[in-house]
Amino acid sequence: MTPRQSSGRRLVPAYLATGGRAQPSRNTLDRLTLLHSVGMPITSEVRPEEHRILELLQPGALSLAEVAAHLHLPVSVVKVLVADLVDAGRLHARAPIPEAEQFDRHILERVLDGLRSLKS
Amino acid sequence: MDSALSSPSPGTGASTGNMYLSGENQTLVKLLIAGPFGVGKTTLIRALSETPPLHTEEVMTQTGASVDDLAGVREKTTTTVAIDFGRLTLPGDLALYLFGTPGQKRFRPLWQDIARGALGALVLADTRRLADSFEVMDIVEEAGLRYAVAVNTFPDAPEYDAEKLREALDLHPETPLVLCDARDREQSVDALIALVGHVLAHTHEENPNP
Repeated sequence: MTPRQSSGRRLVPAYLATGGRAQPSRNTLDRLTLLHSVGMPITSEVRPEEHRILELLQPGALSLAEVAAHLHLPVSVVKVLVADLVDAGRLHARAPIPEAEQFDRHILERVLDGLRSLKS
Repeated sequence: MDSALSSPSPGTGASTGNMYLSGENQTLVKLLIAGPFGVGKTTLIRALSETPPLHTEEVMTQTGASVDDLAGVREKTTTTVAIDFGRLTLPGDLALYLFGTPGQKRFRPLWQDIARGALGALVLADTRRLADSFEVMDIVEEAGLRYAVAVNTFPDAPEYDAEKLREALDLHPETPLVLCDARDREQSVDALIALVGHVLAHTHEENPNP
């Protein structure tokens, strides 16, 4: 983590990108929610920031955190935009592993095996 | 309906590099790389990540009494901090995200959000200022995460033996302690293996349902 001064200001303030709303229409979105395009053509009725999200996701899937990073938007803003796009049927969102399975042995074993395979 | 509309996009593959996830059915998991400023969190993420480290900007609306020396943001009511992260694709449709997480207590609101769903935390420490990592271990414990400690072996750092380090860090006997050059991919992978192995060893088959 690095502290940053106000470098590379975005042209549109973040609160305008969401149409002035601070809360997403669904609160199940996480930094690790997997987002991918439904392949619907991008029409002119989507807002510019939404357009950028759909465009970014056309070639492949990304986590919500990666979308925020690539578009230089705060995570909170991307959550609002993504929620609207999911509601409109323009984007697929898949939640990361549920909290109950966070300490599931199977997941941990897969991660451990995966890490070990990097060494061979 | 949606799936009928999706068509194979010719642009995927080599032309887009590895910026995108390798599939839509990947399981996304995360580990936190926690530690004080300047301890090497981003260095370690860079050593492991398949993409150059990315960052998200997070606005902290409340400012702490003591502002970090390196931050240079004194007397501000809001502080913008950047959370660096990287991604490592593992066999078996896994995408492991590594989030660099600041160790100061004033970042606690941010912590809760980032720590949610994390499998565990690797706490980085520097032998020249071990005490800076105490606060980090406190926050990790408060977040209910298991952790391992990786001492970043800076070239000019004094050498300690592991027992003395454990003592100085007041570690629980079961908490793994590894020495690790954060620039070195192999050693960083070893540190993550120690962490995940530790979490696994303390995760029991608790689910009574078949």
